[in-house]
Amino acid sequence: MSTLLHVEDLRVSFPTRTGVVEAVRGVSFALGQERLGIVGESGSGKSQTGRAIMGLTPQQAEIKAKRLEFSGIDLLKASQAERRALRGSRIAMILQDPKYSLDPVMTIGRQIVETLRTHEKVGKSEARQRALDMLAAVQIRDPKRVYDLYPHEVSGGMGQRAMIAMMLIAGPELLIADEPTSALDVTVQLDILRILDRLVIDRGMGLVFISHDLRLVSTFCDRVIVMYAGKIVEELKASELSQAKHPYTQGLLNCMPKIGESRHPLPVLDRQPEWLL
Amino acid sequence: MSSMENQTQARRANRRASAILKAVASFVVIVATTYLGLLAVTFFIGRVVPIDPVLAIVGDRAPAHVVERTRIEMGFNLPYYQQFYLYVKGVLQGDFGTSVLTTNPVMADIRRVFPATMELATVGTIIGAAFGIPLGVLAAVKRGSLADQIVRIIGLIGYSVPIFWLGLLALLVFYARLGWTAGPGRIDVVFEYTFTPITGFYLLDAVLNRDWAAFKDIFAHIILPASLLGYFSLAYISRMTRSFMLNELSQEYIVAARAKGLSETRIIWGHALRNAAVPLVTVIALSYAGLLEGSVLTETVFAWPGLGLYITNSLQNADMNAVLGGTIIIGSVFIALNLFSDLLYRLLDPRTRIR
Ligand SMILES: Nc1ncnc2c1ncn2[C@@H]1O[C@H](COP(=O)(O)OP(=O)(O)O)[C@@H](O)[C@H]1O
Ligand SMILES: [Mg+2]
Repeated sequence: MSTLLHVEDLRVSFPTRTGVVEAVRGVSFALGQERLGIVGESGSGKSQTGRAIMGLTPQQAEIKAKRLEFSGIDLLKASQAERRALRGSRIAMILQDPKYSLDPVMTIGRQIVETLRTHEKVGKSEARQRALDMLAAVQIRDPKRVYDLYPHEVSGGMGQRAMIAMMLIAGPELLIADEPTSALDVTVQLDILRILDRLVIDRGMGLVFISHDLRLVSTFCDRVIVMYAGKIVEELKASELSQAKHPYTQGLLNCMPKIGESRHPLPVLDRQPEWLL
Repeated sequence: MSSMENQTQARRANRRASAILKAVASFVVIVATTYLGLLAVTFFIGRVVPIDPVLAIVGDRAPAHVVERTRIEMGFNLPYYQQFYLYVKGVLQGDFGTSVLTTNPVMADIRRVFPATMELATVGTIIGAAFGIPLGVLAAVKRGSLADQIVRIIGLIGYSVPIFWLGLLALLVFYARLGWTAGPGRIDVVFEYTFTPITGFYLLDAVLNRDWAAFKDIFAHIILPASLLGYFSLAYISRMTRSFMLNELSQEYIVAARAKGLSETRIIWGHALRNAAVPLVTVIALSYAGLLEGSVLTETVFAWPGLGLYITNSLQNADMNAVLGGTIIIGSVFIALNLFSDLLYRLLDPRTRIR
């Protein structure tokens, strides 16, 4: 398996009035055509890790790494224009909530076409046809109707399908999904995950799946990275989750309720100051 | 299956039609009540001011029976509700009475002066938007930079400097000293006999007449007062554009647009500004309305024969019909502008459209 992405000692820090906030503190991993999960509680630096790979780190933040390489391209040395050319065409990202991550005044079809025509020279009618095909690929039954709808006119699940279509239409090799189902109803979460899983496998993409839900990640990914306070505390195969050694991971596992079990008091996540080091 | 689909479609169309009908109905009710309110206020003012409309016409040395006859002729002996009815009826037919000062029907006077004001305000708003929007966008995109500071200072001056002072200064510099522009008035007396107004918007009339010499002269006259008004509108528009843009640029769909690999130009002008345009429409309409009603000082300084000057003159001569007629016109334009910006808002924001 060829390695698509190399991340070594990635650091992202924000200068603020009260001092420097270190959002990511030395994260390293490598990724091939596989599904890697990143879990951790809110604020542990998952999104900033994903955005650093995309090149969407906020301007004021400082980003450092020993190595940040995508498919042989040194992302740290690449120019703004080179990174922009990668975004959407070879590396794509799905955001959390379609209610906010789709432009409210542009039709869904036009937003999908926009990605395609940014990266490929295609005519209007061909672009439209490919957008319709893409909408069908995310299992939208009525692509022609949805094409002309505005984001507020569709449900969350439909919006997230449109988002996936918009991000995958130019055929990226790496997809970063940042909590793609966290804002959705439980009933549609599984649908979206199945669609995503299918596309990732069919198209042979690498996937970085970010979530705070350890169970979701373990059923959906091959490998799991557990993050805490900007650092990786543990890395395991999804199938070996029960053998987690780090107490933080064990804590996350313990938090998951089991059917038929009643617990009093509810377990609380244990956080030790020495894990921060 | 297909008959069921047809049924749902028919139901949807029905629902849509009734929703549109409801929107139009509430529109009409709102406009009618606002307008009636406006008329009630002007009617009331006309009755309470210490100016006797009868004496204003017959003069204060007329014999008593003439005064009494005129009073009856003008309907002032009738009860107030009947007077109000006649007043509304007259206004709706475009009858604002006769101006004591010019002895013309007020409506005829307004037809003559209002286009002058509107032309000035229109050119001013075009200037204000054409410079204010890009400056506001620049300030938002380069937030905190020198460019942002400069835009802020330009706006601050626009807010704090009195318009008549700036107007006089501009006349002194650009007309008297440099001779770059023409002086007060709308058009040079040279054109008095050759130029025939059609619409009353002189720039447009010159184009319609293909009179390019006149066009040049009219442009030289309007550019200074319009730039001045444009500057004030720029101050307002650029500040609002900046704040709307900052709001849009912090939204998630901007991150998504970047993740798609779009260029910054496309993100800023195609997505962020397109969204900011929705509230901006209202701002520009408001600023346009402000220029229409607030043009009195500019018209005075530049001897611009517009509505502001007309109302001021009428006021100084206790010409109540003219003052109230002018007020009603300005009020009507306000209402019309509100309607227009509301429609445009709906057009720009799909979330407010009825489907
Ligand atoms: N613009 C910013 N300025 C300062 N700190 C930030 C900024 N964005 C994120 N952070 C900090 O970075 C840390 C990690 O954020 P994030 O990657 O979004 O966490 P996660 O996605 O795991 O919830 C948080 O503690 C947050 O406070
Ligand atoms: Mg996050």
